Amino acid sequence: MITFIRKNKKAVLLTVLIVLNFCLAAWGDDAATTATSGDQKNTIEIKDFMFSPQTLTVKAGDKIIWINHDDEPHTVVSVGKKFQKSSALDTDQVFTITAGAPGTYEYFCSVHPKMTGTIVVEQ
Amino acid sequence: MKDHNHILHNVDSDGIDRRGFLKCMAWAGTGVLWTVSGGVLISKTLAEIAKAGASLPAASDLSFLQISDSHIGFNKEANKDVAETLKIALDRINAMPVQPSFLIHTGDITQLSKPEEFDTFDEVLKSCRTKDVFYVPGEHDVLNDGGKLYRERYLKSVNAKGSGWYSFNKNGVHFIGLVNVLELQAGGLGQLGDEQLEWLEADVKGLGADTPMVVFAHIPLWTVYPQWGWGTSDSERALQFLKRFGSVTVLNGHIHQVLQKVDGNVTFHTAMSTAFPQPAPGTAPSPGPMKVPAEKLRSMLGLTSVQYKQGNSALAVVDSNLS
Repeated sequence: MITFIRKNKKAVLLTVLIVLNFCLAAWGDDAATTATSGDQKNTIEIKDFMFSPQTLTVKAGDKIIWINHDDEPHTVVSVGKKFQKSSALDTDQVFTITAGAPGTYEYFCSVHPKMTGTIVVEQ
Repeated sequence: MKDHNHILHNVDSDGIDRRGFLKCMAWAGTGVLWTVSGGVLISKTLAEIAKAGASLPAASDLSFLQISDSHIGFNKEANKDVAETLKIALDRINAMPVQPSFLIHTGDITQLSKPEEFDTFDEVLKSCRTKDVFYVPGEHDVLNDGGKLYRERYLKSVNAKGSGWYSFNKNGVHFIGLVNVLELQAGGLGQLGDEQLEWLEADVKGLGADTPMVVFAHIPLWTVYPQWGWGTSDSERALQFLKRFGSVTVLNGHIHQVLQKVDGNVTFHTAMSTAFPQPAPGTAPSPGPMKVPAEKLRSMLGLTSVQYKQGNSALAVVDSNLS
């Protein structure tokens, strides 16, 4: 599974990063040049209408990656608009952000709001 | 029509007994005709109609078609050519001896709200002989712009308010198109919102209780399966405004399968998709597109015909698949 993600990630990231606009208010936006060196452990997989892991703990400045494995589009939207939302992610598309200020950030899929997740950012 | 298809015990005076209701539920998905004749609810499958050589209800005052969940742009295993299956559905409408007065599309026109997907839908729709279409948006139609593009394209012929809700009258029937796919809250279901509910209350206020009502929206206005988000959090408030009416028909999409529920004078009905089926509630890990053998696909796609005859208390709702 890990190998699969790594293989896919490089190809997908390059195409998707061009399409998606990440401009974060409190959080740093991503850069294509550093995308492929993203931390493997900070990948959130979207499968069967669930974010996995549901809670992810990262350090400030870490890159966080969501990848959609479903045949259904999903989004990543911050509760309270604390970071920039993703566009609709189609199958195999990726959304990447860089964690900003320490704190707990709830997010959900605005298409299927039953899907929720949490990012905990530590110093 | 055999006797066992007639109402035997109508304890609620709602024209439906438990046995009759269960029979209708069992037929849902294979095509079922509901009609009211002399106050007795009769139902029969389309197959039975075909066998008996009978036709669909004769002259009615109003007939319209519901199509739903076209998902133009979807190209995965479950159905790689959703434009083609939409076209087949439209061909079925074109083949009807009497064209319906209009179509209702209950949302998810597109898969990803892309302009080119809306373009393809509009192009395919040109082949339909029935030209008037009334829309409500699905969540797939409002993905990135809050529904701006959808509203620009599909609300030209109606007097839409707020994020796109409206009502109109046809042949004495009052139609209400509602929007329940916008500004959804984390962890929640579909949502109408205060502004739309206030509008609805005012919209129906002056209408007589004998006015037949048809309410259509994308996500079911009854709680089908909350674990999958198949419901609308504030639909009960909407139904409060409607419960004084003698006949309310609620038409929804979103769940890509036929389900019906009767609650007092309100009949809830969900339509098949023209694109791909979804699993029955709770029968799969997620509500994602259901992959079925190619030869089975069209039997799980379809459209819904609704007929209204003045003086009858209920509308006849008929589902037919594309096989």
